[in-house]
Amino acid sequence: MADLFQGVWWSGYALPALTVVVYIFAITVPLLVAVAYLTYAERKVIGWMQLRKGPNVVGPMGLFQPFADGLKLFLKETVIPSGANRVLFIIAPVLTFILAMIAWAVIPFDEGWVLADINVGVLYLFAVSSLGVYGIIIAGWASNSKYAFLGALRSAAQMVSYEVSIGFVLVSVLLCVGSLNLSHIVTAQQTIWFAIPLLPMFVIFIISALAETNRAPFDLPEAEAELVSGYNVEYSAMAFALFFLGEYANMILMSGMTVVLFLGGWLPPLDIAPFNWIPGVVWFALKVAFVLFIFLWVRATFPRFRYDQLMRLGWKVFLPFSMAWVVLTAGVLIAFGWLPTPA
Amino acid sequence: MASLDRTARSFLLTELLGGMALTLKTMFKPKHTINYPYEKGPLSPRFRGEHALRRYPNGEERCIACKLCEAVCPALAITIEAEPRDDGSRRTTRYDIDMTKCIYCGLCQEACPVDAIVEGPNFEFAAETREELMYNKDKLLDNGDRWESELAANLELDAPYR
Repeated sequence: MADLFQGVWWSGYALPALTVVVYIFAITVPLLVAVAYLTYAERKVIGWMQLRKGPNVVGPMGLFQPFADGLKLFLKETVIPSGANRVLFIIAPVLTFILAMIAWAVIPFDEGWVLADINVGVLYLFAVSSLGVYGIIIAGWASNSKYAFLGALRSAAQMVSYEVSIGFVLVSVLLCVGSLNLSHIVTAQQTIWFAIPLLPMFVIFIISALAETNRAPFDLPEAEAELVSGYNVEYSAMAFALFFLGEYANMILMSGMTVVLFLGGWLPPLDIAPFNWIPGVVWFALKVAFVLFIFLWVRATFPRFRYDQLMRLGWKVFLPFSMAWVVLTAGVLIAFGWLPTPA
Repeated sequence: MASLDRTARSFLLTELLGGMALTLKTMFKPKHTINYPYEKGPLSPRFRGEHALRRYPNGEERCIACKLCEAVCPALAITIEAEPRDDGSRRTTRYDIDMTKCIYCGLCQEACPVDAIVEGPNFEFAAETREELMYNKDKLLDNGDRWESELAANLELDAPYR
């Protein structure tokens, strides 16, 4: 037994693997709790904005409501429609959930608090969030239901359209940083958060993030009134719960991206006494919570976009505007000699 | 100039931000929700809830078996049988209301010449079986005894408008 903990087997392979597993749990468990409480916060905030109280019966102030809901979904039967493609039908929610989780590997929660400190962090995030559309398309196709299929088609078109403008927004941030590493992006905001010099890009990014996560007012893939609930109509119990978790984890992820790219990540708002006593991870969480509040706030405020309006906004407004802004940013950086030197 | 103004407004998201300011203000307003089983909304004295048969203060039942309520009932929910009592006064031997048929229109109460059948303020009489909702005379008189103070107060409050 003593030999087991010695030699290259332990220090070279087992220990690093075990550490990574511990890190993964340290990220995903709080994340899933955050997802649970995001659903609670959503119901509370929207309730308040509609002069209601929101859930307040299960536990003090309804705080155990997400667990009651989770337990309900866990105990219900997973119905697989007879016309469905069984394998893909099961794979789709799993895929959505896994993609929503793995993206968190590159998000820096604090100075050095990042699972994979890779130099292509932004590309990785972009790739993973683009893959997210597959879960939805597969679900819509495998369900063999017209509502699910229409929802999936809409979702695919929407996510692809808004990814383009998100791409240009990312480029303008990257021009100011000179690195694709998310930690470098945060440290580059030491003097000023990018939300201020790149304010229009910040607004476009938040709106595109709403479209990318299929949230109101861009929730056409779900569109309860027309499509029942879109690509996930045929799903029940844990399969549905996985979609739900994935979707909300994606919301948190997009908020995390917004915070890292524009709101200075773990940096305190001012680098002075009372603010820099608070650990960076708390600032990060507070900023993510604020962006999530904007998501909920927008949902409580605006009606759903029509499909052609959605496409017009994406292709005819955001795309030219963000392209122009990339050129402007590049021009300003060159004209004033502010181009960052490669680290 | 007008188009410039419109473009500026749409790019500055003025209307969207105005809407969001409204919802944010609403968020801090007092809520309309009442904590129902523990807290209840106000009821009009005219509220038409569960039926009751009332008595006079001396304990004599008011109903004189005129059957006007049975005749006026649009849902045919009331069934009355009557015969003279030993002291010669005309009383019901049977007074049934099928609460599952009743549409709570209040016509029985309006038809009654002696304010015997009334619809009270109680609306929490849900039951687990249909049979429990077939009210007979005992049940209705029992309701009358239980709710008499509220029933009398409501009738008095509504009297000026009748």
